[in-house]
Amino acid sequence: MSTIAGSWVSETIPIAGVAVRVTRAGVGPPLLVLHHDIGTLERLPFYEALARRFTVLVPSHPGYDGSQRPDWMRNVRDVAAVYQWLLGEIAVTRDAGAVSVVGLGFGGWIAAEMATQAPRAFRRLVLVGAMGFKPDRGEIADQALVSYIDYVRLGFADQRAFDRLFGAEPTTSQLEHWDLNREMTFRIAWKPYMYNPTLPHLLGGVATPTVVVWGRDDRIVPLECGERFAKALPRARLEVVEGAGHFVEMDKPDELAQLVTDFVSQGEA
Amino acid sequence: MHLMYFTEQPMSAYPEDEGRAFGATALMFSNRYFDPAAGSRLYNEYLEHYRLAEAVGFDGIMLNEHHNAPFCMQAKCNIFASILAATTKRVKIVLLGNPLPLAENPVRLAEELAMIDMVSRGRLVSGFVRGGGQEQLATGVNPAFNRERFEEAHELIVKAWTQPGPFRWEGTHYQHRVVNPWAVPLQKPHPRVWIPGVLSKETIVWAAKKRYPYIALSTAIEATKKIWELYDQVAAETGYAGGPEYRGYLQRCHVAETEEKAMENARQFMWMQGEFTGLAHPVWSTPSGYFSPSIRSAFVEYAVGRRSNPRGSAFEDQIKSQMIVAGTPKTVIPKLRRLLEETRPSILGFWAADGFVSSADTKTCIRLLGEEVLPALREIGKELGLWSPFEANAPVSMAFPEPAVPAHERAAAHHPTPLEVS
Repeated sequence: MSTIAGSWVSETIPIAGVAVRVTRAGVGPPLLVLHHDIGTLERLPFYEALARRFTVLVPSHPGYDGSQRPDWMRNVRDVAAVYQWLLGEIAVTRDAGAVSVVGLGFGGWIAAEMATQAPRAFRRLVLVGAMGFKPDRGEIADQALVSYIDYVRLGFADQRAFDRLFGAEPTTSQLEHWDLNREMTFRIAWKPYMYNPTLPHLLGGVATPTVVVWGRDDRIVPLECGERFAKALPRARLEVVEGAGHFVEMDKPDELAQLVTDFVSQGEA
Repeated sequence: MHLMYFTEQPMSAYPEDEGRAFGATALMFSNRYFDPAAGSRLYNEYLEHYRLAEAVGFDGIMLNEHHNAPFCMQAKCNIFASILAATTKRVKIVLLGNPLPLAENPVRLAEELAMIDMVSRGRLVSGFVRGGGQEQLATGVNPAFNRERFEEAHELIVKAWTQPGPFRWEGTHYQHRVVNPWAVPLQKPHPRVWIPGVLSKETIVWAAKKRYPYIALSTAIEATKKIWELYDQVAAETGYAGGPEYRGYLQRCHVAETEEKAMENARQFMWMQGEFTGLAHPVWSTPSGYFSPSIRSAFVEYAVGRRSNPRGSAFEDQIKSQMIVAGTPKTVIPKLRRLLEETRPSILGFWAADGFVSSADTKTCIRLLGEEVLPALREIGKELGLWSPFEANAPVSMAFPEPAVPAHERAAAHHPTPLEVS
């Protein structure tokens, strides 16, 4: 276990033959945060805000952001199963009924798959701009056709937020990270691209109270997918965040953190 | 020497300004600009050129394929190979090659190739490629498993060709309950496999380990020498000596009656705006997972426009480095001699024209190559000891180390009376 900065610590836990890296901070009820297909910066104002109220756990999806690649992994359900296993290996998350899950975009898809695997397990579920549904009218943006920078910029409603976080001209090392993450995304979500045709059929059994959050200006996953998630999940409602794109947690970190905190804290003893 | 004729089958008849305005002539450049009337004319011109190449003395016709791009109209090399199998008599039909990762069913490919081999009476050389980056996107095939699919499909095809069926294949990327294609190749143990490539070290090493000739596609002389250094080193480690019979080279070479005409037409080699030069799209040509991880940083910078294509260079530089050779037969022969002396290939492909070069000029080029350049190169080849795999009767691969049985002997064994078609 090594300290990366401040109160954030990082550890690796062996799961299914790979070292899964988990970064955590804060005190309070456990909150698992699952990052986007583009990976994540180690620190984000959104994570900091959540850590004031929760024990925040941010794993790197296996093979993302320089973590060990599971060569055998073939689909998003595999990632979900790895995380179910992971939760059992960490003391604070061993009781799944105490765990809430926040899934961001691609991570939202993983969270939804986890919920179908353990439909009564989690305390609260937050899906933000989640992939996983095939849109009826629009399309999920295809990152294979655009550069790393253009794809990430597409996810922001506010380009200044991109500049603040990644710099107007991201470093080559950042580009390599995005390339590695994109390659891993291709390995597990190439076809069908970014959705699972069987997922909608399985969400009906999920008993976990859920809020589906969508950026009004999401140009990567159409808002209609949010509407369909909210309809398919029995105990869900949809919240649309104005002025946010696909990366709601980077466009509107305080607003999303507040929304998550309020929702997850509801009904706490 | 084995001397081959090659054309990319350029679809020059499209509005170039539309391509420039769009910024790329690949993948997403709309096929509304494809003109089937011109396509029909061009396909038939290319067939005429292939037949002329056989008539003037080329040993082989090299075919390839690309997708979604005007720089190459040939979308399936097995189609032209089938036509040539029936309409030519002598030339080897050299596929360089079928892009294996794009195949969802390699057994089907094995069948098609066996049919081509039989119809041509054993003239097939069956090269395999990974396919260009944008080809993965054009066919919806996962670029991240490109090399794995290439290797597994190759293994399955060779097994389908050489081991009696039925057998079952439960692979990583391919699963077949019953592999038992009725058609198998005429050539034994199987048609020769040559592996073309541009850049990837992994492919050179793979070809050398298999003892398959490697065909360097228009690389600069110094880069070509480095390829052979690596190939020969791996060959030695594998247990055989590399050398000319394992070396092929594709040379852009345009010949005309005058220097001026040759140089003017040679500029058309720059027209090719596809995968390797010009307006290739920096993102589509390098999908994540497709290129070698050892050059990841170069390609990510290329993909966002921070450096030029690691594979491209300007016309003048390519003339200087002999990546393009142009002139009259008299002036190109010494240049080609230099290539042969310095890099010692026994297989030489002539990429004779590109872009808007007229059919008449292309035919002049083919005729001049056949009448004046090829005979001179054959003499140089003898002088330098550049024996082709056929001349050397080299084994087909490491897996089949015995000298290959020439197809005509096998055909004769089954058909005592010669089968001649008029």
